[in-house]
Amino acid sequence: MSTATMTGRSAARGETRAVPTVLGGLLAGTRAELLRLRKWPAVWVLATVWLLLNLTFAYLFNYIAYSTGSSGFSNEGVPPSALLPDLLPAAIPSVFTSGMPMFGGAIMFILGALAAGSGFGWGTWKTVLTQGPSRLSTFGGTLAAVGLMVVGVVAATLALDLAASTLIAVVEGQSIVWPALGTLAESVGGGLLIFGMWAAAGVLVGVLTRSPALAVGLGLVWSLVIENLLRGVGNLLSGIEYVTDVLPGTAAGSLAGALGAGGSDDPDGAPGVLTVLDGRPAALLVAAYLVVFAVVGALLMRHRDVT
Amino acid sequence: MTNTIVVTDRLTKRYGDRLAVNDVSLTVRRGEVYGFLGPNGAGKTTTLRMLLGLVRPTSGTATILGHAPGETGATARVGALVEGPGFYPYLSGRDNLRVMARYQGVSDNAVEDALRRVDLVERGGDAFKSYSLGMKQRLGVASALLGEPDLLVLDEPTNGLDPGGMADMRKLVVDLAAQGQTVLLSSHLLAEVQEICDRVGVIAHGRLLAESTVAELRGASTLLVRAQPVELALSVSMQVAGDDAVQLTDAGVRLELPEERAPELARALVAAGADIHEIRPTERSLEDVFFEMTTDQEENR
Repeated sequence: MSTATMTGRSAARGETRAVPTVLGGLLAGTRAELLRLRKWPAVWVLATVWLLLNLTFAYLFNYIAYSTGSSGFSNEGVPPSALLPDLLPAAIPSVFTSGMPMFGGAIMFILGALAAGSGFGWGTWKTVLTQGPSRLSTFGGTLAAVGLMVVGVVAATLALDLAASTLIAVVEGQSIVWPALGTLAESVGGGLLIFGMWAAAGVLVGVLTRSPALAVGLGLVWSLVIENLLRGVGNLLSGIEYVTDVLPGTAAGSLAGALGAGGSDDPDGAPGVLTVLDGRPAALLVAAYLVVFAVVGALLMRHRDVT
Repeated sequence: MTNTIVVTDRLTKRYGDRLAVNDVSLTVRRGEVYGFLGPNGAGKTTTLRMLLGLVRPTSGTATILGHAPGETGATARVGALVEGPGFYPYLSGRDNLRVMARYQGVSDNAVEDALRRVDLVERGGDAFKSYSLGMKQRLGVASALLGEPDLLVLDEPTNGLDPGGMADMRKLVVDLAAQGQTVLLSSHLLAEVQEICDRVGVIAHGRLLAESTVAELRGASTLLVRAQPVELALSVSMQVAGDDAVQLTDAGVRLELPEERAPELARALVAAGADIHEIRPTERSLEDVFFEMTTDQEENR
């Protein structure tokens, strides 16, 4: 930089892009997508809605019912005193996933559908696919970034549950008994699988429909209505249950059920929580769905014309 | 290093029974500004999308910097703005470029440079959705410039710009070309291409009708003579330029004669006793050539 000419040249000619490797492209894509996802108000709205839902249904309503001695929301016939154990830190492993298969899952589906589907309308897929990383690296980066968002939401859920249950224990003068680390880890892992599966489903449907609105609509109808209807029909008509027993929602609900989300007295209590499958097959099925959704989405993105 | 940046060989894209792009073979050389010229719907954008690997050709091949379209070796060295800027509406212009910088693996300093080059530094912190069409277009160009690509692909870069913005965009392209940047620029505005391009490819109805320099396309310069009496002017013109090089038009007598021979023609006309009203050089604009070509093609269809 000793001469004016050189300074002029370096000002005119800036930093040059490198040709990325597969892994380098994946990392670059993950960093890029993380930046734009964490600055997206919609992501924060969805995360906040879930955390509020979780706090309200897992702790707030039950605590109000307990402290007022009434039997209110979804716990008719249960004596108020029986509600307290579920509100304490020791119960977190069983309470943790109770809202995840249906309501939390739907919200994660929306997150995935928005993250992948919006890019078609905005033209951002077209832009990011011409930056350098390959299509697979770019889509992988999106999946990884959505996955990290899911991890963040699950971690925040755990923190919130710990805070709420500890507060209730202190207020009620109960001795604080922490949950066993192993069972807590199982529940957190189950939560990650359930949320990860629904988010991957959202990404896939977002890619399939190329429209966030259509993807979100379809996803909500599927997870909140159609699966429940099919399971209802499955109870009446023999044969259909072979199909309904392995649907994504059934698998996620069974995984939550196996983790104790339904409560000991009423295993099917919380909406979406089921006991159709045992814990291990349910977990494997949820993981398999997650992988299949991600792989099909990647194949579609790789071969599809982006217009 | 090879001197051709882009080569396509009979590139074709069929949508159903509609041929969007039909047997297009074009060449873009290193360091030139190549104008890709044609009316709306001619197949320009589809061709560019195929070059960028966004759309798969039905048949034919393309090579960009020695790679197939869409391979990282090609996309990492090409900066593109295709069919309108596509950015995250909720992010600021600066954050949008930062996202692209992360994809490219360049630093945030490069983002500031790119914003400066399109004069968006002051509004860089505003949300993309609040930008005017022209600002969005400029951000698209900034994103294409990011990472100093070997080839810059700009699809209708002056779309939505006001006259001042258009002039700025032209100046930017000329400046880039002066620094040796290869630019592939599509446009339906012929005057724009005429001013800034070294070579042009003319496309209509999916077919490449011609590919050459602007000067070659326009052909030789001509002289227009208005003199009385017309019959005398015509015969004198034929003596000077040759029988085949003279044409009688509504505007006057048109001669295929270089400008330097205008004085000779004037002397001959005066010596023959004709009254000269006007002798001036005329050049066909690219627009004239373009309409000639596309009309010919219409007639041949």
